Amino acid sequence: MNLFITTVSWFSLTLGGAFCIVGAIGLLRMPDFYTRMHAASVIETLGAGLILLGLMLQAGLTLVTVKLLMLGVMILFVSPTATHALARAAMVRGLKPLLAIEEKTPSKP
Amino acid sequence: MFSVAAIALLVTLALALARATLGPTVFDRAQAANTIGTVAMLLLAVLGFLNGRPEFLDLAIVYGLLNVIGTIAVLKYFRRGDLGDPGDEKEESTAKEEPAA
Repeated sequence: MNLFITTVSWFSLTLGGAFCIVGAIGLLRMPDFYTRMHAASVIETLGAGLILLGLMLQAGLTLVTVKLLMLGVMILFVSPTATHALARAAMVRGLKPLLAIEEKTPSKP
Repeated sequence: MFSVAAIALLVTLALALARATLGPTVFDRAQAANTIGTVAMLLLAVLGFLNGRPEFLDLAIVYGLLNVIGTIAVLKYFRRGDLGDPGDEKEESTAKEEPAA
C-alpha cells in the first residue's frame, strides 16, 4: 500500500511538471496574445492540480494536506478570475485576436 | 522525486520569464507575471517538502493571495489609466461593443 501511494505520487508529480513545461512552451511560442493565454491556463489547471495531488499523497492525513487543499481551491477560484480580467482588459483596450481572414476571401467559389 | 518537480518548475519559470521579456504588448507581460506568480507558489510548496519543512506552505498561500491582488491592480491600471477611477459603465459598454462590430 505504501509502495502504491509512493508510485502514484511520483507519477503525478512528474506528469504535473511535464504539463507545466508544455504550458510554458506554449506561452513562449504561440503567435497571439489570446492563444498564449489559452496555453498558460494549462499550467494553472493540470500542472498545479497534479503537483498538489502528488504533494498531498506524500503528506498523508495531516494539517499539511489541509493547507495544500486550501492552496488548490484558491488556485481554482483565483486563476479563472485573473484570466477573465486579463482578457477583458485586453479586449476593452482594443487588442484584436489574430484571425485567418486572409485565407477566406481568395477561396470564394 | 521532489527535485524532479522542482527542476520542471524552474524550467517553466525560465520560459515564462523569457515571454515577459519578449512580450510585445503589456498584456503579454501581465500574463507572464501571473504565470510566474502561480509557478513560484507551486515552487514554494515543493521546496518545503524538499527541505522537510512544510511550514513553507503558509508562505505559498500568502504569495498566491498577493499575486492575484497585484495582477488585478495592474490590469485595472492599464485598462483605466488610473487606479482611483471609480469606473465609467457607459464608456465601458460602448468600448465593449466596438470589437464585435
